[in-house]
Amino acid sequence: MEEIKELDPKNRIDHMTYLPDMEIINSDLDKRVVAAMNEYDYTLFTANDVLAALEKDVLSPRDFQALLSPAAEPLLEQIARRAQRETRKHFGNSVMMFTPVYIANYCENFCIYCGFNRHNKIRRAKLSFEEMEREFEAIAKTGLQEVLILTGESRKGSDVKYIGEACKLARKYFKVIGLEVYPMNSGEYKYLHECGADYVTVFQETYNSDKYETLHLAGHKRIWPYRFNAQERAILGGMRGVGFAALLGLDDFRKDGFATGYHAYLLQQKYPHAEIAISCPRLRPIINNDKINPKDVHERQLLQVICAYRLFLPFASITISTRESNTFRKHVISIAATKISAGVSTGIGGHIEGEEAKGDAQFEINDNASVDYVYREIEEMGMQPVMSDYIYV
Amino acid sequence: MKDTFKLGNHEFTSRFILGSGKYSLDLIKAAVENAGAQIITLALRRATTGNVANILDYIPKGVTLLPNTSGARNAEEAARIARLAREVGCGDFIKIECIRDSKYLLPDNYETAKATEILAKEGFVVMPYMYPDLNAARDMANAGAACIMPLGAPIGTNKGLATKEFIRILIDEIDLPVIVDAGIGKPSQACEAMEMGAAAVMANTAIATAGDVPAMAEAFKYAIAAGRAAYLAGTGRVLETGAAASSPLTGFLAD
Repeated sequence: MEEIKELDPKNRIDHMTYLPDMEIINSDLDKRVVAAMNEYDYTLFTANDVLAALEKDVLSPRDFQALLSPAAEPLLEQIARRAQRETRKHFGNSVMMFTPVYIANYCENFCIYCGFNRHNKIRRAKLSFEEMEREFEAIAKTGLQEVLILTGESRKGSDVKYIGEACKLARKYFKVIGLEVYPMNSGEYKYLHECGADYVTVFQETYNSDKYETLHLAGHKRIWPYRFNAQERAILGGMRGVGFAALLGLDDFRKDGFATGYHAYLLQQKYPHAEIAISCPRLRPIINNDKINPKDVHERQLLQVICAYRLFLPFASITISTRESNTFRKHVISIAATKISAGVSTGIGGHIEGEEAKGDAQFEINDNASVDYVYREIEEMGMQPVMSDYIYV
Repeated sequence: MKDTFKLGNHEFTSRFILGSGKYSLDLIKAAVENAGAQIITLALRRATTGNVANILDYIPKGVTLLPNTSGARNAEEAARIARLAREVGCGDFIKIECIRDSKYLLPDNYETAKATEILAKEGFVVMPYMYPDLNAARDMANAGAACIMPLGAPIGTNKGLATKEFIRILIDEIDLPVIVDAGIGKPSQACEAMEMGAAAVMANTAIATAGDVPAMAEAFKYAIAAGRAAYLAGTGRVLETGAAASSPLTGFLAD
């Protein structure tokens, strides 16, 4: 067995101190989000607070807290109905479709719940530009116009230049290119924007930095505040939109849900033109560790969180993950989510029929449905699948 | 005489401009037919290069396409999207949407006026979507706009003519068709806008979110026609207090 020195807390770096080369921006959003999250005591809310929130046109952060509280659980049906009206108002019956493309799975971090973590013995790989192009071609044939490019978080294994070239190639085949890669400096985001990317998603995992410290034991990802400010640096770099998420189940999901929405809310206030997206992942089992399972976030709680996001941020795009079952995804797009992935492979490569993925997957997905299948299912729900709702200018 | 209105050199008899977003593509044709619409708006951002769910394939022939610049955050971006629309064969009409607020989607009048000037010079029939402000509307008219499209209420809210008093001022003062756009939630509200003298009404969400999309399109058609007919007939004199005073205030006047 390899010795992992970070298992001993005294060998870990300080998770609140920036590493050299990490850009520091002038922002107090992290302090404001943490202060509000720490003050949030969800046991104080009553059914009346929830009903009052549902009466309002525009919800306050306090209303959002009420919707996330245990007092809201018995009112979920009412909340879902209101969320559905709000979704229709802003998006009609449109459901955006996309697929993630994992181009590399090298990772320098040690996040104990993640299949890509550097100590996990998996097949590591990165796509050559030739392989990447074949992958894009195969995806474009399905009719999709939006891709989300993902890498493991390794500046060595997948440097900014490599990601930039991937964006340029993807632009030949798709209208919308999002990135879910390691957090970087605003100048690097600017470069990737010029290469064709316009959306950046960074999962904060948990907004509780003490808990975060115990899960992300090594690597640059360990630096909590640098990760927190990634969306703001992306906007400063000229990206059109940014995505937020907490990995629900890592810590107290109500507090993490609140922090996620409030983070997005404050950022949109500071940069009113920024387009906001929210993802709603729960923990999934990974290769070599099938004990990981979402504990207190059952489908009921997950739906509650998603509906609370919708009502607090009615204009936000909400993505529903392939981590969830087909039935859950199908119903959630008719209530609150507006974006769904299809034809997903979380391995490196794997979109070309009959070819095996070159590298192992980050997590096990629950819904393997093809693009055609998801398209038809959306239609059967009386909704309109949308391949593009974006223009690169 | 035929009751028509003009945008650029084009004449229209239908005063209902229909949106194509937020509902199923295969309902667009029926909605256009039931609405009797001659103009349909289209977000260029929704048009794709692929052949799956490409909105351009669903717009019936013979209807004037009105592409909008949704997605533009400033005049420069709006101009680029307009040129792109022309390149892909969407014609010379352009509805300017300049929005740099992702929450309320309120139009930026200043950037919209700038975009109007740029695009009018390039020969577009420019239809600026705006917040009903008289000064901005005058700037847009002077910059070469073909009409003015003030919002009735924040887009998608279905709240009706929340900005009624300001739209009335635009109708009185601006010598161009005033087309009420955004916020109209019910046929009765569209009718009211037309009674006030709006040249046309544009609606999308109200129809897109109706239980029966084509049927609601038809309901709007009748409401708009009724409002127009009322405007042309001249609405009746309405006494403020309900009755004339028995001893008139001006009874003392002698010669």
